[in-house]
Amino acid sequence: MRWIWIDKFTEFVSGSHAVAVKNVTLAEEFLQDHFPGYPVMPPSLVIEGMAQTAGILVGEARGFRENVILAKIREAQFSDYAVPGDRLSYHARMESITDAAAATVGEVLLNDRAIGQVNLMFSHVGQSGAAMGLPSHNFVFTEQFMRLFERFRDGVVASAGPSDVDRAASCQP
Amino acid sequence: MRISRDEVVKQVGEVLVDALGVDHEDVTENATLGGDLGAESIDYLDIVFRLEKTFGIKIPKGELFPDDVLNNPDNLGANGRISPRGLERLKECMPHADFSAFDQNPLVSKVPDLFTVKTLIRYVQSKLEKAPVA
Repeated sequence: MRWIWIDKFTEFVSGSHAVAVKNVTLAEEFLQDHFPGYPVMPPSLVIEGMAQTAGILVGEARGFRENVILAKIREAQFSDYAVPGDRLSYHARMESITDAAAATVGEVLLNDRAIGQVNLMFSHVGQSGAAMGLPSHNFVFTEQFMRLFERFRDGVVASAGPSDVDRAASCQP
Repeated sequence: MRISRDEVVKQVGEVLVDALGVDHEDVTENATLGGDLGAESIDYLDIVFRLEKTFGIKIPKGELFPDDVLNNPDNLGANGRISPRGLERLKECMPHADFSAFDQNPLVSKVPDLFTVKTLIRYVQSKLEKAPVA
C-alpha cells in the first residue's frame, strides 16, 4: 500500500463529496529528484491525490463492489506548487454516476488557498472485467485497502441518500 | 423556455470542444465523433454526462449510443453487414440519426459513422421538445 497519495479524509459524505488532505514532507523520496535542490510536489501526483480522493468517493457509492479505474482527466490546471511543509487538500464532488462510469469535479487547496481544478472520469470495471483479461477479484479496493479505509471511516462518513441509478432505454437490443 | 436550434448547435459544439479537446472549426455538423473528432469509448460517456448537465436532460443508458444492438448476434448478417432485423432495431433506437448513406451499405464497421455532430443536435432537440416546459 505504498501508492497512497492522501493522508486522511476530513470529510466524506457518501455519494456526494469528500475532502482528503496530503501533508507534503521533505522525507518523501520523490522530492529528492523533483527537483534536486528545489523540491516541489509534481502536479501529476496532485492529480493522483485527487484521483484517489474522488475514486474512493465513487467506489464507496457502490459499496466498493466495482473496480474503479481512472479513465480520463477532463481538466487539470494549477496556479501554484506545493513545497515541503505545505498541506494540500482535495475537495472532490460527485457530478454523475451510472453503472458504467462516474464523473467528479475537484478543487485543490494549498494551505486553504485554492490553487487548482482537477475534473475526472472513472470507469466501473465489474464482472465484465474478467472478459477483458482482468482479475475476477477487486484489485482496486483490496482487503488491505478496506482495512485502512475502515480506520478513518468512523466519524467522517455520512450518507447523502441513495445515489443516481441507471435508467433503461426504451428500445431493446 | 424553448432553446433555438442555433443555441443547441452552439452548446453541443462547446460540449464537444471541452470533451474531445478539438477546435471549434473542426466541429461541423457532418463530422463523425469517432473518425473525424477522435472520440474514444470513455469520451462517449463524457459527452453523455456533459449533455445532461448542459441541457438539464436525462439520457438513459443506450439511448444516445445504443451499442447493445451490435452485441446481439441476431442483428448481424453476412459479410460484416447488419442483418435486416439489426438495421430495423438500429433505426428504432436511433431516430435522430441520418441513415441515408448507411442504408446503401450497412456494414457493422460503418455504424460509428452514424454518430455525427448532427446526430447529437437532433437527439438533444428531440429531448428538449419532449421535456415539460418550465
